[in-house]
This record gives sequence, structure tokens and C-alpha cells, in this order.
Amino acid sequence: MSTIAMGHAGTEAAPAEKKGLWSWITTVDHKRIGILYGVTAFIFFLLGGLEALLIRWQLGAPDKTFLSPEAYNQLFTMHGTTMIFLGVMPLSAMFFNYFIPLQIGARDVAFPRLNAYSYWVFLFGGLVLNASFLFNAAPDMGWFAYANLTSKQFSPGLNVDFWIIGLQILGIASLAAAVNFFVTILNLRAPGMKMMRMPMFVWMSLITQVLLLLAFPIITVALVLLMLDRNFGTHFFVPSGGGDPVLWQHLFWLFGHPEVYILILPAFGVVSEILPVFSRKPLFGYAAMVFSGCFIAFLGFGVWSHHMFSTGLGPMADTVFSLGTMLIAIPTGVKIFNWIGTVWGGSIQYKTPMYFALGFVAMFIIGGLSGVMHASPPADLQQTDSYFIVAHFHYVLFGGSIFALTAGAYYWFPKMTGRMLSEGLGKVHFWLMFIGFNLTFAPMHILGLNGMPRRVYTYSAGMGFEFWNAIETAGSLILGFSFLVFIVNILKSLKSGEVATADPWHGATLEWSIPSPPQEWNFAVEPTVDGRDPLWELRRANGGTLPEPARVSGKGIHLPSPSYWPIVTAFGTAMTLVGFLMHVTLWVILAGLAITMIGIFSWAFEPADH
Amino acid sequence: MALRLPSLRRAARWVPALCITLAMLALAGCSTDGYPQTTLAPKADFAELLDQVFRRSFQLATIVFFLVEGALVWALFRFRGKPGDAEPEQNHGNTMLEVVWTAIPAVILVFIAVPTIQVIFKTAETPTDNPLVIEVTGHQWWWEFRYPEYNLVTAGDMHVPTGRTVDLRMTTGDVVHSFWTPQLAGKRDVFPGRDNRLWFKTETPGTYPGQCAEFCGTQHARMAFQVIAQDPDAFDAWRGGMAEVGAPADSGGSAPSPLVAQGQQLFATKACVGCHVVTAVGAPTMVGPNLAGIGTRSTIASGWLPNTDENLARWLKNPQEVKVGVLMPNLGLTDEEITALVAYLRSLSVVPAPGAVAMTAAGN
Ligand code: HEC
Ligand SMILES: [Cu+2]
Ligand SMILES: [Cu+2]
Repeated sequence: MSTIAMGHAGTEAAPAEKKGLWSWITTVDHKRIGILYGVTAFIFFLLGGLEALLIRWQLGAPDKTFLSPEAYNQLFTMHGTTMIFLGVMPLSAMFFNYFIPLQIGARDVAFPRLNAYSYWVFLFGGLVLNASFLFNAAPDMGWFAYANLTSKQFSPGLNVDFWIIGLQILGIASLAAAVNFFVTILNLRAPGMKMMRMPMFVWMSLITQVLLLLAFPIITVALVLLMLDRNFGTHFFVPSGGGDPVLWQHLFWLFGHPEVYILILPAFGVVSEILPVFSRKPLFGYAAMVFSGCFIAFLGFGVWSHHMFSTGLGPMADTVFSLGTMLIAIPTGVKIFNWIGTVWGGSIQYKTPMYFALGFVAMFIIGGLSGVMHASPPADLQQTDSYFIVAHFHYVLFGGSIFALTAGAYYWFPKMTGRMLSEGLGKVHFWLMFIGFNLTFAPMHILGLNGMPRRVYTYSAGMGFEFWNAIETAGSLILGFSFLVFIVNILKSLKSGEVATADPWHGATLEWSIPSPPQEWNFAVEPTVDGRDPLWELRRANGGTLPEPARVSGKGIHLPSPSYWPIVTAFGTAMTLVGFLMHVTLWVILAGLAITMIGIFSWAFEPADH
Repeated sequence: MALRLPSLRRAARWVPALCITLAMLALAGCSTDGYPQTTLAPKADFAELLDQVFRRSFQLATIVFFLVEGALVWALFRFRGKPGDAEPEQNHGNTMLEVVWTAIPAVILVFIAVPTIQVIFKTAETPTDNPLVIEVTGHQWWWEFRYPEYNLVTAGDMHVPTGRTVDLRMTTGDVVHSFWTPQLAGKRDVFPGRDNRLWFKTETPGTYPGQCAEFCGTQHARMAFQVIAQDPDAFDAWRGGMAEVGAPADSGGSAPSPLVAQGQQLFATKACVGCHVVTAVGAPTMVGPNLAGIGTRSTIASGWLPNTDENLARWLKNPQEVKVGVLMPNLGLTDEEITALVAYLRSLSVVPAPGAVAMTAAGN
């Protein structure tokens, strides 16, 4: 029998919460860092969304001059870069931070200060990347930055350099976080939580960390080579010196394809938590879900060249990469069938998180099927670099990741804030987002197959592209509006939302056994687990209901003490890399290194109860 | 809860109407009329091979789509929980079922993989049926076409004969581009120092637009071209005409009008010659497109503006305003100079005009 301290007898008043800006700057609490990630990423996400709306406005009619070509190219590059590195990835990181420790019954992550460091590095990376706008030098060569357009000869401005440095900084944040969560999941699980008892979100998060650890070094190296080419006269990608632009494509997609799974696997995890809870039925085929996730991640490293079927790699390479890609459809299909199997025969509770989770499944199927189509190089020879691909990956990343992350937001908001989000506004949000999303992205399939290329700042009248583009732009406005509803919902609910109990959804996992929001130490008593759905088992043993857990004083619970050294070290790290932005600015690099060193030493030798 | 929303049951009433609307939209979406650049109406053997594979995967995907989404939607209505429902049966999976739904997609994929591999190897073959070789070079932001067999160079309009395989050898003069002719041959990226291939044979005379499909900088959106397929006689007439364009009067060309002569003068003195050549035979590659035949070219500024006198004048007035960032500078020409230059450029025509020939060809 699982033992989880419910209605724990601590009668002393809970200590006052730590408040104020300083407490946020020095926090090493995974829950607060999770919130920092969430708020920051959401702001960046809105920025990326605004960029998308400008793009859509420009494309709403043929030959529009609303945006200049230069502005358009900056916006589409920043839109992609922002959504991937500053939106979806850190939104996932919010859930990693907040819920991995809670779901495995831990009091914090393995390295709380490293965790704070990751967040601050991420923030500085995002700021550096966006600072490019102030210099009118936002990256303008696409988020894939294909060589040799990125060489000094063809891109003399700082645009590419801002992108390189911004991504290098963000990469450090991702790697540090990945190490941290990897160790946390492997080492800090509550007694009894064997690997095959971990919640599916934790499983998918674990796989994501492995992908991060293996994929980010590749882009780091590629970016270093590109920086050397641009600023130090090397010729890795420059043909005039014997380099090869195709090498960049290999390196980029060797990172870029696993990156796709980095963006979607956490979403798989979130949905695999929500569907069982709102179907009142365990996840269908738990083991198959775990292994298909591992299989997808493994294969994900062997299919990068399917982004390069038009490169002309030859029939043998095309065949192998095509078959590998098709193979991925099999475990992906298993996941979809298992999700349907989970709701099948259940008693579906139509709450907002469930709406978004089901929306995810419905949309992800479409993205998966179009993906199978361009797994075939002959078909892809028409589809690649057309709007068909834009449709495909938005069905996967928006219909997939964003729907799932939004589902997660509605699901876990009560736990994070102690307030419920409004169900009414939530459903309005869902329908607006669902309709807006499909109006925006479904017609892109048609446009792509009818010859509209991507990354074009305009198109000519008479190409037949007018009608669907107008519909898409209208759809994007609805989509944008749906997020306003979401924001209103969040703000209203934070102020006056219904107060959340510890377990408003009848959840199955450990985070629902502690008060909402959790106290700083999470679990006053370490839980033990002997099944996959510990809380359900406990509730059943208890005759169907559980007492509301009390807030306790937490006296005697040791927690890591707050520290400002992580932010200092993060600042030094970012500064060092910024020193490479304009060729070499030696004093910036040296100052950055000095700050980093001081930060690391002070952090290491800081007394525990400072 | 302040807001009342229609229940699922009431919403369900809208399903038929929604389905009909969606079906109509889908049908509208399937029509390729009015899309000159569509991939769905192939007009050459190569594009047809691509289309076969696409159709196979599209059909299978459509079936899977309806089955899986159907199962999902059905479950959503069928297993709707009601207040007071007992806990549903707690099943954890079904090995048999899971094996089956792992196997079925694998089988479906075989049906896509087999034609895929066949077509991959088929399209990778080098044509051996006495093809017409055309060397394609991408430039920021225009396309150059060389016909080694006839020692001709042109830009923007690629003339090809019907009934003969065209063998494209493709590279770039600067950054990576991608040559995309949706109705004829799909697309292939072009790299510096590499010789990438595509081929096609069309039997249908016509004008097939295409454009650059790999992001290549500021004016990637305006890097289009036309493939003009003509029956062999018309094609021969075109290349014969091309060989004559720009030939000096004393070597067989007719004497120019004063305005044209003034334009010719200006062309030589206003830096145009630094970037453009006006003869097609054996001409070198320059910064700007070869202008032999510009008088009868279908478009200017790379497949974008119709080739009218007004557009030519607009272009010469300030190319930077027409096509921001273009590698042709504003040369500060006066209106008079522009009139003369336009007359001169118009005189650089192919006789007989290929448009007329193409039309008669299509009419025959
Ligand atoms: C510095 C080089 C340069 C100079 C000088 C220059 N051009 Fe150009 N020109 C170009 C380039 C590059 C293009 C292709 C623009 C594009 O479509 O991207 C072009 C395009 C053109 C076109 C359109 C061709 C087509 O098929 O689309 C015409 C006509 C033209 N130039 C005429 C002239 C004339 C007349 C002059 C002299 C007054 C001139 N150019 C001077 C570089 C130059
Ligand atoms: Cu191009
Ligand atoms: Cu391009």
C-alpha cells in the first residue's frame, strides 16, 4: 500500500511565505523557478505570436507592402526562433520544473542552484536574441540559417551573429537544465517508484532530457563553426575556401530533427496524464507508451536527412532516410491508438483540460499523416519548402505541443496557484483556438500543394493564392483573440477564481496529495509508492474519498537556502558569449569570465544557511 | 460559472451542417483551376512520377484519417460521463490489440514505401534519350539558362521543346537556391560548385511558372521564372531568333531608329554593359541577367512584372523601389533617357515573337 501523508497532523501555523522581488531573484525553489519559466516563456510566446500576426497581415492579400522584405524576413526568422527556443521549450521547462519533483515525490530537483542558473541563462539568452531588434539587426536568414547565405559575404550585418550568440546562450541553459532533470528523475524518486511506475509525464520528460543532452552539443558545435567562418576567416561552410554548405544542413538537422521531439515529447507526457484522469481510467498500454517514446527518440537521431530530400543526396540516402522516417510513424501511431484506447470505455469528464487534450489528439493525427506523406522523397520533392510543410509542422507544434501545453496549463493551474481557472472562459478559449487554428493552418495544405513556396514576403496576384491566404489571416486573428481570452481567464482567476482543493480533478499522481499551492517543502512526509496511480489506489483503499491535506509548519525540514550567485554566474556566462558578438571584444569576454568564475566559487563555498 | 455553453448534445445538431461545409471547402480545395503553379496537375513525365507517389500516400492517409478521427469522435460521444456514473472498468491495455495496431500501420507503410523506392531510383536516372541539356544557374534573385548545344544564354524564360527530354544541370552563382517547376519536375536545391540534376519531358506546349523555393535572402519571394514549352518548330524558330538578337546592323541586323540608337548609346555609357550583355551567343555570365530577347521576354524582374513599356520604365527609374535590395543600382536616369532605353530594350526582340509562336502552337 502506498503511504501518503494525508490530513497530516501538523497543527502549527504555516510560516509566512517569502515575498518580494529579491526572493524571486534568489529563489532556488523548483516551483518558483517553474513559475518564472512559465511567465517568461509566455511573454516570449506572445511576442512570437505578435510576429506571426504581422506576418499573416502582410500575406493577407497579394503584393502587399505592409512589411518591407527585410522586415518580413526578420519577423519570420524571429517568429520561428522565438516559438521554438523561447516559447515551447521553456513552457515545457515550466512543467518539468514544477511537476517532475512533485510527481516523483521529491522536495526539489537534484541541483536547485543549477536550476536557478538555467533559468537566468535562458532569460539572458532570450533578451540578447531580441535585443537585435534594437539594433535593427534581427536575424533574417530563417531559423535554419542555411549556409552559405549566412557567410559574411552574403550576410554582412550583425543579424546572423545575434542569432548565433543568442542560441549559444540558450543552449547552455537547456543543457544545464537537462543534466539537472535527468539526475533528478533517476535519483530522487520516492521509495517504491520504480522506473515502470513513473507517471508518463515523467517518462516523456526523461526521454526529452536525453534528447537535449545528445542534440544540443551538435548545434553548439555547428554554431561555433559558423562563428569561426564569419569572424575568424575559416571555411567550414564557405565553398570558395573548400567548405560545404551541405555540411551545415547535416549538422543543423542532426540537431533539428531531435529538436522536434524535444518539442513534442513533453506534450505527449502532459496529454498522457490528462486523458486517464478525465476518463477515470488508467492509461491504456503504459509499457507500450514508454517503449514507443524511447523508440521515437532513438529513431529521431537517424532521420535528419528527410529535411534534405531536395538537396540531391542520391537515391540510396533518400531511400534509407525515407524508410527510417516512415518507421517513426509506427510508434507514433501506437501512441495515438493508446490515447484513443484510454478514453475508450471511460467515463469522460468534459473539463477544459480534457478539451485541449482531446483537441491535441485530433490535430496531432493530421500532422502525423501529412508527415507520412513527405516521408516519401518523391512527394516531398514537391512539398518541401512549400506551405504544405508549414501546415504540417503547425499541426504538430501548435495543434500538438501548444494544445497539449495549454491543456497542461488548465490542468495544473489549480495546483500552482490554489485557484481554479474559469471553465466557461476556458471552453470559449478552446473553441476560439480550435477554430482559429484550423482556419489558419488547414488551408496551407491546399496552398502548398498548389505551389505556394514558404518564406516569401509576398506573392503575385493571379497565382490563385489570394482566397486561402485571406481566410488564413482571418483565422489567425481569431487565434490571437483566443489567447486574449486565456490571459483574461488567468488574471481573473488569480484574483477571484474559485479556490482549488488539493485534488480538484481526482488525479492519480502524487502532486494531488499535497495542498494547492504546495508548501515550499512539497511533502511534509516522504511518500512511498507501490503502483502507477498511487492516489487512486489510496482513494479506493479509503472508500472513495480522501481528507484534504493540511498545511503544516515544516519545522525541521531542511531546504536549500536562497542564493544570488546563480543569477550572477548566469550574467557572467551570457556576457562572455556576448563578447563574441562583434568579432572579439576582449574586455567583455574577460569581464564575463571573471564574473562567471567569482559566481561559481561563491556559489560553491557559500555556507548552507546563509 | 457565469457563462452558459451549449451542451455537447445540442452542439451535435450542428455536425451535419459542419460536415457539409467542410466537404464543400474540401472540394473547393481539391480543384486546381486557377493555380498556375499547382503540383496536382503534372504536365511532364517527371512530375507525373512524383504525383503517383503523392496520390498513393494521400489516398491511404485519407482513409486512415477518417478511420482514426472517426473512432476518436465516436468515443467522445459514446463514452461521455454522466454525473453519478460508476467508475468505468479499469483496464490497463490489451496486448493483442496493441500488436494489431502496431502491425497495421506497418503494412500500410509498405504500400507507400514500395512505389516510393521505385520512383526514387527512376527519377535518379540520367536521361539517355538524346536529351537537351540546359545549365541552370541561380543568382540573387534571377535564373540563368544556358544551352550548350546551341551556345545560347538567356534568363527568366526557359524555352524548351516539347517531346524531347530536358536534362537540367543546376548550380548557383552565389547562395543556395532551389529550382522548382511544380508542373514539370518538382524541385532541386542548387549549391555552389555542385551539379544537381533534374529532367523532364513534356508533350504539352504552354507556359509553366516556377520559382525559387529555398530562402536566399531579401528577394527570395521575387525569384520566379517561366518554362515556355513550344513544339520543336517554334522552339527552333526561337533559338534561331535568339542568335540574331543584338547583332550589329552591319552584320545583318536592320538599321535602328534614332530613338533606339540613342538608347543603345546610353546602354553603353550608363554602366549597363558592366552588368548586362545583349547578345545570347556565347555570352558570359554577368551580375545581371542576359538581355538578349528582353523585348519579347514574358516578364521582367524575374517572373514578376509583365513586360510592358511602363514596367520597364518603372524598373529603370529606380529598380530599388520596385524590388528592394535588388543588385541593380538606381542609375539616376532622366525620363528622356529612360524612354530611349526602353525603346532600345524593346528592340532586343526575338523575331518571330515567341509569345505569338507559342499561341499558334497551342492553337494548332
Ligand atoms: C550593378 C549591375 C547592374 C547594372 C549597372 C545594371 N543592371 Fe540591370 N539588372 C541587374 C540585375 C542583378 C538584375 C536582375 C534583377 C532581379 O530580377 O533580381 C537586372 C535586371 C535588369 C532588367 C530586367 C531583366 C529581367 O529579365 O528581369 C533590365 C531590363 C535591366 N536590368 C536593364 C538595365 C539597364 C538598361 C541598365 C543601364 C541603365 C542596367 N540594367 C544596369 C544588374 C545591373
Ligand atoms: Cu533563390
Ligand atoms: Cu530563394
